[in-house]
Amino acid sequence: MADYREIISAYKDVPGGIIEAYHAVQREYSYIPEDAVVFAAQVFDMPKAKAYGVATFYSYLKVGPRGKNVIRICESAPCHIAGADKVVAALEKELGIKMGETTPDGKFTLEFTECVGQCQATPVITINSQPYGDVSADKVAAILAEYK
Amino acid sequence: MAEEMRIVLRNYGKVDPLNVDSYVQAGGYKSLAKAKGMSQTELIEEVKKSGLRGRGGAGFNCGMKWSFSYGVKAEQKYVICNADEGEPGTYKDRIIMENDPQSVLEGMAICGYAIGANQGYIYCRGEYPYVVEILNKAIAQAKEKGLLGDFNIEVRMGAGAYVCGEESALIESIEGHRGEPRFKPPFPPVVGLWGKPTIVNNVETFANIPAILEKGADWYKGIGAASYPGTKVLTLTGDIVNRTVFEVPTNTTIRQVIEEFGGGIVGGKKFKAVQIGGTSGGFIPESLLDTPIDFDSMGAIGATLGSGAVFVMDETRDIVDVIDRITKFFAHESCGKCTPCREGTMRMHEMLHRVKKGGASAGDLDFMERLGTVMSKACLCGLGQAAPAPVLTTLKHFRNDYVAKFN
Repeated sequence: MADYREIISAYKDVPGGIIEAYHAVQREYSYIPEDAVVFAAQVFDMPKAKAYGVATFYSYLKVGPRGKNVIRICESAPCHIAGADKVVAALEKELGIKMGETTPDGKFTLEFTECVGQCQATPVITINSQPYGDVSADKVAAILAEYK
Repeated sequence: MAEEMRIVLRNYGKVDPLNVDSYVQAGGYKSLAKAKGMSQTELIEEVKKSGLRGRGGAGFNCGMKWSFSYGVKAEQKYVICNADEGEPGTYKDRIIMENDPQSVLEGMAICGYAIGANQGYIYCRGEYPYVVEILNKAIAQAKEKGLLGDFNIEVRMGAGAYVCGEESALIESIEGHRGEPRFKPPFPPVVGLWGKPTIVNNVETFANIPAILEKGADWYKGIGAASYPGTKVLTLTGDIVNRTVFEVPTNTTIRQVIEEFGGGIVGGKKFKAVQIGGTSGGFIPESLLDTPIDFDSMGAIGATLGSGAVFVMDETRDIVDVIDRITKFFAHESCGKCTPCREGTMRMHEMLHRVKKGGASAGDLDFMERLGTVMSKACLCGLGQAAPAPVLTTLKHFRNDYVAKFN
């Protein structure tokens, strides 16, 4: 795994580049380590509080550990009426964890998200940003099998 | 039978989005050359005359906006394409960028010439990393062929904040800050990115520009509704047979959209309500379905065209449950900068939840109306101003659904 210090430093000269740097760290780690936020504050010459404020403002960024594979379930209105709650129940049962939790082996994290722009096929989930549409409870096991 | 009309999606399925040559063969980049043969003021006048209004939801005259930036003397100006498509139920910008990215780049370059900017940014939502790849390839190919001239375009990724669809919040985000809206005035065309004059237009707005230059302002002005000419790309979701994307002239009625393009309600059920423009749009009952979709006609019935999302609900849907979900969305997405929105969205959700659980009374509905009215006037940006619309319009058109929840 590439060191977050190298990843962040590569964006040093990009104006306003801290968000791009956070994205790059997250692509590698699947989250942003706390220490990476402190390091980013140095690189982009801002108070730690501000670097932390930016990282925690955006719901797509996650400070602190989470699973290798991030499963996000859309709960916006079109997915809501299409039965997103049944998909949530199936995912929780299949993985043995509740929404917001990570499996003990660190492989999967379950998160809610708002609309991911794939509303032609509600309900929608994403795994590491890859969308899966028209998801139903009976499809969940097969989708997860790709990542186990 | 109403028919689809493709201007924005003119190249959909016809060009290879990953091959700039196929765009050029389809007539691409001729409009940029034509634009550069005009003076900047002639070009802006042409765009203004076409009547094109912003397709992101605010509906401001595009050429007029450009003229504000043109009129400011500055060493550096910027063009930003707003691709932070976050309105639930909307995926039109993704469809445009996935299928015809060069149209968007060409539209941006034309804007760059018009206002005197050589740097552009596309702010693409973080949920679309696969679109970012397409855009980066498209930019690299256009640059390699020298098609963009001295105009540079860089893609920046959003990170899951709905409020960043608001142009000043978007600018804050590109600058690397929390995406909180700025106080206005000054407006971005005068003081924008890094304090410089900046035009922020939506993906769909930019994709219209090359077609307008090619065929002329008079041609465009003659399409659809007189006060909001052209077409609108709509995305149909919910209890509708054809959950897909259409582009229609703006004088098409809501009923035509639902029945003719959408194929009606799934399973032969009855229609209950449609919400247009995304999750901040008003709810529309059956009695108003003959309204044309254009910006002003929708405004006249207390609704919006917004992003063009069309979310259809059948007779079995629980309106209060849907509104409960929508108010939770706004409580989550409020950036917290201004008090009416930060507190209002939270209290509104609290009250909706109480209605849903059967713990509310008629007086609560009056409180909700009062809070919603205050928010629509007092909130700093469009997020908070539009957030109460679903509540207020359902209290108006579907009040019995609320009353039925009382214990």
